[in-house]
Amino acid sequence: MNRLTDATRRKLLKGAAALSTLALAPGVMLVRPAVARETGKPATSNVRWGLLIDTAKCDAGCDTCVTACRTENGWTGHDRPQTDPQWIRKVTVTDKRSGAALSLPVMCQHCAEPPCVDVCPTGASMKRADGIVLVDKHICIGCRYCMMACPFKARSFVHEDVTDQKPHAPRGKGTVESCTFCVHRVDDGRMPACVEACTEKAGRGAMIFGDLNDPNSDIAKAVSKHVTTRIRADLGLDQGVMYRGF
Amino acid sequence: MKHGRIIGFLLVLLGLLLAAPMPVLAGDVPLPHPVKAVKGSQCVEPVDTMRREHMNFLKHQRDDTLRGGIRGAKHSLRQCIDCHAIPDPKGASKDRTVGPFCTSCHEYAAVSIDCFQCHTAKAEDGGKQSSRWRHKAGGENLLSELRTHLQGSTKEARP
Ligand code: HEC
Ligand code: HEC
Ligand code: HEC
Repeated sequence: MNRLTDATRRKLLKGAAALSTLALAPGVMLVRPAVARETGKPATSNVRWGLLIDTAKCDAGCDTCVTACRTENGWTGHDRPQTDPQWIRKVTVTDKRSGAALSLPVMCQHCAEPPCVDVCPTGASMKRADGIVLVDKHICIGCRYCMMACPFKARSFVHEDVTDQKPHAPRGKGTVESCTFCVHRVDDGRMPACVEACTEKAGRGAMIFGDLNDPNSDIAKAVSKHVTTRIRADLGLDQGVMYRGF
Repeated sequence: MKHGRIIGFLLVLLGLLLAAPMPVLAGDVPLPHPVKAVKGSQCVEPVDTMRREHMNFLKHQRDDTLRGGIRGAKHSLRQCIDCHAIPDPKGASKDRTVGPFCTSCHEYAAVSIDCFQCHTAKAEDGGKQSSRWRHKAGGENLLSELRTHLQGSTKEARP
């Protein structure tokens, strides 16, 4: 790739640093996950992206994260809930005895040991070096084994022709898709759209995104301080998405 | 004498038959003339290399980017679109699209590509989709500085 001059790069980095902490409201800070990876450099396993969701701050009446994801990645449906794509959904968990309920968003859990990758016959289902689980749609044949293997129902199949895609989120009929942790944003040093919206639009700050391998990141600090759960932890998939408060 | 004439006639006929197909073929399928790029004075590689190798560059790039996470590379499909998308000749839409450029040759070579079933063929004009650079440093100046720089280095890439 065209290397940037040192001067240009310094400016880019300085700009990124200045933006890296935005004060949103007293007490609500949105911290960027990291400075964008240098142009031309691949993702590495020095980083493990993770997401921590605090169910105490999440509310059944709020679906700001879902809307933000849909807008960002352009997965509008056709009012056919059985077949419409769904990268993130709100789920309500109820304690049958007491009736007490929790609401939380569920998306691709970005497993360290992803069953979807194990079953894929073409290598389209894949885990990037930094832990982001993706579908390489270029070689996806639409067999949907991965959808059956996923314990979290996180993947969808595109049943209909798609038009007007977002330039950063190509999508098309006959392939499987799911949450990408907004890989195009993360590579750019920005937060996933759901996390940004939860803080900025909904003012809840129920989602913390960052590098689990960096002990100074907000997520690593939170994980070392609070008890966190993974959905179906018994499966031992070592998900990147964690929950607090249940 | 009589035979000589017949042989002569046959020879002329043969000559005509042999000569005839050439101009007919050449006239039937005109060579493609891809429309000029809207942006940039040079392509990301020398033009003759691009004509022959663009499909390999693209397929290599898509693996590097999607699987490896390498961003901002010079063989990015979004970059092709940025330079090669043209405004609708009929003026029916404000968007620039890359379709006419790619199909001009592909029709001639009987190639059909599926890329634009998923990738939008539209250029990212109008600032709706902010570019990587604009977003990060928040400056138009920086963007134009970067453009100038990119154009400079594509020049260097030429032999
Ligand atoms: C910086 C702008 C720019 C980018 C980016 C760019 N091109 Fe080009 N391309 C040009 C220019 C300028 C020419 C020279 C011909 C012209 O002026 O249209 C050209 C020529 C070509 C040609 C030869 C056309 C002919 O007339 O025979 C092909 C094929 C081509 N480009 C494909 C691509 C592909 C594929 C990509 C993406 C990997 C790409 N280009 C990216 C500007 C660009
Ligand atoms: C089934 C959908 C689909 C089809 C068909 C498809 N792509 Fe992609 N492509 C994607 C997705 C998804 C990405 C990842 C986008 C990202 O992360 O930014 C991508 C990324 C890319 C990239 C890297 C990003 C960029 O803009 O440079 C290239 C290059 C690319 N594709 C080339 C192609 C080419 C060439 C074809 C046709 C031969 C094609 N793709 C067909 C879905 C598709
Ligand atoms: C100068 C003429 C020309 C232009 C312009 C052109 N192509 Fe091509 N392209 C070809 C030819 C010829 C082939 C077939 C080569 C072969 O079969 O060996 C081809 C093949 C391809 C292939 C591989 C197809 C396959 O089935 O493997 C892809 C992908 C491709 N082009 C993408 C593009 C894109 C995207 C554009 C527009 C940005 C474009 N091309 C513009 C001439 C062109």
